[in-house]
Amino acid sequence: MLVSTKWLEEYVNTQGLPPAELGEKITRAGIEVDAVIDRSEGLANLVVGYVTECVKHPEADKLSICQVGVGGGEIDQIICGAPNIAQGQSVIVARPGAKLPGGMKIKKAKLRGEVSNGMICSLQELGIETKLVPKSYAEGIYVLPEKAEPGTDVLSYLDLDDTVLELGLTPNRADAMSMLGVAYEVGAILEEDVSLPEIVYAEAAERAESMLSLEVDAPEANPLYVAKVVRNVKVKESPLWLQQRLMAAGVRPHNNVVDVTNYILMEYGQPLHAFDYDSLGSGNITVRHAKEGEKITTLDDTERTLSAHQLVITNGTDPVALAGVMGGANSEVSEDTTTVVIESAYFASDSIRRTSKDHNLRSDASSRYEKGVDPNRVIPAAERAAQLLAELADGEVLGGSLVFDQLDKKERIVKVSPDFINSRLGMKIRLEDMLDILSRLKFNTEAANNQLIIEVPTRRQDIQIEEDVVEEIARLYGYDEIPATLPRTDATPGGLSPYQAKRRIARHFLEGAGLLQATTYSLTSEAAATQFALEPTETTRLLMPMSEERSILRQSLLPHLLESLSYNTARRTDSVALYETGSVFLKGQDELLDEQEHLAIVMTGLWVDHSWQGEKKVVDFFVAKGIVEGLAAKLGLELSFERGEMDGLHPGRTAFILLDGKRIGVIGALHPSEQKKRDLKETIAVELNLATLLTRETEALVYIQVSRYPTISRDVALVLSNIVEAQTIEGVIRNAGGKLLKDVRVFDLYEGDRMEEGKKSLAFSLTYFDPEKTLTDDEVNAAHEKIIKALTESGAELR
Amino acid sequence: MEARLQELKNEALEKIQAAQTVKELTDVRVAYLGKKGPITDVLKGMGKLPAEERPKMGALVNEVRAEVTESLEARMVLLEEQAINEKLQSETIDISLPGRPAKTGNPHPLTRVVEEIEDLFLSMGYEIAEGPEVEKDYYNFEALNLPKGHPARDMQDSFYITEDILLRTHTSPVQARTMETKGGEPIKIICPGKVYRRDNDDATHSHQFTQIEGLVVGEDIRMSDLKGTLSIFAKKMFGDDREIRLRPSFFPFTEPSVEMDISCFKCGGSGCNVCKKTGWIEILGAGMVHPNVLEMAGYDSKRLTGFAFGMGPERIAMLKYGIEDIRHFYTNDVRFLTQFQRTEL
Ligand SMILES: [Zn+2]
Repeated sequence: MLVSTKWLEEYVNTQGLPPAELGEKITRAGIEVDAVIDRSEGLANLVVGYVTECVKHPEADKLSICQVGVGGGEIDQIICGAPNIAQGQSVIVARPGAKLPGGMKIKKAKLRGEVSNGMICSLQELGIETKLVPKSYAEGIYVLPEKAEPGTDVLSYLDLDDTVLELGLTPNRADAMSMLGVAYEVGAILEEDVSLPEIVYAEAAERAESMLSLEVDAPEANPLYVAKVVRNVKVKESPLWLQQRLMAAGVRPHNNVVDVTNYILMEYGQPLHAFDYDSLGSGNITVRHAKEGEKITTLDDTERTLSAHQLVITNGTDPVALAGVMGGANSEVSEDTTTVVIESAYFASDSIRRTSKDHNLRSDASSRYEKGVDPNRVIPAAERAAQLLAELADGEVLGGSLVFDQLDKKERIVKVSPDFINSRLGMKIRLEDMLDILSRLKFNTEAANNQLIIEVPTRRQDIQIEEDVVEEIARLYGYDEIPATLPRTDATPGGLSPYQAKRRIARHFLEGAGLLQATTYSLTSEAAATQFALEPTETTRLLMPMSEERSILRQSLLPHLLESLSYNTARRTDSVALYETGSVFLKGQDELLDEQEHLAIVMTGLWVDHSWQGEKKVVDFFVAKGIVEGLAAKLGLELSFERGEMDGLHPGRTAFILLDGKRIGVIGALHPSEQKKRDLKETIAVELNLATLLTRETEALVYIQVSRYPTISRDVALVLSNIVEAQTIEGVIRNAGGKLLKDVRVFDLYEGDRMEEGKKSLAFSLTYFDPEKTLTDDEVNAAHEKIIKALTESGAELR
Repeated sequence: MEARLQELKNEALEKIQAAQTVKELTDVRVAYLGKKGPITDVLKGMGKLPAEERPKMGALVNEVRAEVTESLEARMVLLEEQAINEKLQSETIDISLPGRPAKTGNPHPLTRVVEEIEDLFLSMGYEIAEGPEVEKDYYNFEALNLPKGHPARDMQDSFYITEDILLRTHTSPVQARTMETKGGEPIKIICPGKVYRRDNDDATHSHQFTQIEGLVVGEDIRMSDLKGTLSIFAKKMFGDDREIRLRPSFFPFTEPSVEMDISCFKCGGSGCNVCKKTGWIEILGAGMVHPNVLEMAGYDSKRLTGFAFGMGPERIAMLKYGIEDIRHFYTNDVRFLTQFQRTEL
């Protein structure tokens, strides 16, 4: 909502406050002023000019040489390029020394050999948006509607010495979508009264009923309809003040009839519509629901097919307007119109909302109906229209109105106790201060038995319950006056749940291990949605995605995380290691999705880069595996790994991660073709069902006494077929090891030239230990022999 | 003989002083004090002396021996120290060379902000509540006093999956769910999480972003309690000298509703580009829980009242660190992420 402060002054005394200060007061009281716009910004030394002579420039077709009276009997020659310039016009002149928006300064100039003492201006040159300039002046200079005294200052003559407040209205404050509504708000803030427009006009002896009949067949959607008939109107340009007020409010002037309806829309917040009486052709207006498939061409020249729930205004047979949304082209007021029917009505908001949504058509009228108009302004708005048409279009208003009225226009009563207000706020506002605020709001209030009985004006549809009154009192008393206290609830322990605490532990571990936390989008493409998914299900698609790229909910974190890797390597960060925790979305039994919190890790480039001391290590499977094992250890869990395959991963370098024999994740090197596609070098990826890890209860930590007895180590080097896995051999060792075997560790792997084809050498270091005593060589030897025997039997060769 | 001893002594002392290394000195020791050395020779020759001269001569030999030994040892200490110093000298390293980098990762800046907020409220006895990102229309809107067709639904254009299921547009459904579960009991929670809205991604809009909301429900919770709580939050997050101001606003799920501004942490209130010359920065929305919301979750709104607040960690991080583009949070540029490594404490 754009509020001209000059216009606002007509209804409420703003106490001479500078507009910025007024704006600040309005903001602090609850309606945010988004901008304070000085309409005269950048303008200086503009005067009214009168074109006494206008001839074609001999050297240029498109230019005219004008003699322009600029006041004090002075006549200046000005060259003008506008197509609509003509003798006898009153125009806006920027004389040498004048300033226009954008820092433009006007100087005396020569155009094709002819002197030009300034410039004749269009409205756009004064900083007014083209979409607000009347169509007839959109391509040329602006011609003042009435003859004005040459030399008059243009800023005040055009009401450009004005500041507009741009209000950012929340949906509840529909009352402030009108100048009167804003006046009531400002009046309440500044403790000033509001003066309503005085409506006086002469009625013709003939009654409206003699020319028009009215029927409403849809009283629920249209409980109030008022029609007035104005005869002998002269459709023409509106006077300057009206055009300027509309432009200040962001509305384009058209002609006096349309402008009057728009003016009252802005003034009262009540949408009006004007029909050309003769085009109706029937002398009848009938409001009814549309017939299924019925058609209407609206004012925007679009043919629209109607449905049965949509409300239309008809001439008794055919639709002439889409009620409350837009008029029909067939009954539009034109220059030839002589008799006008003014419609002022109350349409139910849900009906309008639905129709407006169906046709994807929102207008100033529909947006006000959607939020609800004031039932008590429907009739006054019609009267105000009659008055202005009589004044500005020389119209003759027929006596009375055609009225269909089943609307409840009573004020709502809200009862609230002062104690309730104070206890909600944590304040001690006195009763007289509350009553004062309510009277500033023009809410009639009675105080009785520790109860405020408030009659809420119908313009404030948002005040319905006690809490709404609490807010009204508080915002005008001042939110600054509210003290700062803390809740007096019993002390609660609060804290993280074990799951949340473990998630933090996991995160800190991963960061300590050298991974950067990343965050990627949950929405992805169909192709990426299930890639790398541990348990792919049917995908979930949005009804109305913004793009195909973001249309499906992801089932794996890896595709986007890998994209982040590529993003970085493309920007010459070659070594990157990222992790992310976040939800994947699987189809479940429930209507909601099965959301599982996953953890993914990706790494590429160097893991260790300390080259001046000769240390350099490229990321590999085992770097990632070490991190996963470390994480499990931190969470008190034991994982196992099982060779596996997954699309997009290297078939020889992929393992599933198991917890208690159940697959909960995957770890692998990216498949070379996948790497190529993503423009990555050697890349390792991990994805784990983090929720499974974190929901697992951890066993209590039991301290084991540090032993006084030493451990004894023995090494064993084996020659094996190179398809035998280390974990198999470790299993053999542990099985045969007995209770003295404490630890088994791989310490060497050799697969080089010195080995027979298909063989590898694997060396283990075994640790023996007895917590009760120092082991003897014999005891260790016996245990070790058993292991060697088992190994040999399993096919391993001692080296 | 006596003269010979004197001569030997002088000779030995001279050589001791002349020795420059431990080895040379050791050679001097062997040469003069060894079993085959000249002093031993003198002792051996003592047999030729008359018996009464022998003791005197013996004492003299010992004296010379002691004197030479003492000088030798003193010189040895010196030379050994010198040798060690030379060795250390040769072991000198260039301490300006870079150290072996310790592995360090760090949290995402949004996690950093969210955790800071979480920790503050945890210390005030709050719990953290979480809920699904794919949510029922009922919890996302209806239970929050936003029935179908409510004009405020326009404010949040949403990603629907079916008519009744959507990606949550705020974390408020977690509040609705918590209230429903708590069955009328007092509540003190904060709800962080991802939310989604139908926005085109640009420097200031993101179709996915994070939110953190708070909810307190109990007997006699007042608007002043909200103000006090938010004031503590503002000082902790943005500095002790921050002031807050509340402005009336509108949210369907609270009544009264407020927006909270803090005094600008860059200029302190005098006006700058961060606060758009106003001295104040809008940080969050809040209010007293609407009685309809309480009633719908099964709370007696006459007996229990509450407050709620919500804010955007992206906005807070952008303001706090001067981040110019919201998309940085989701592209994971290492040059961006690694800047949030160090502590500010
Ligand atoms: Zn500032």
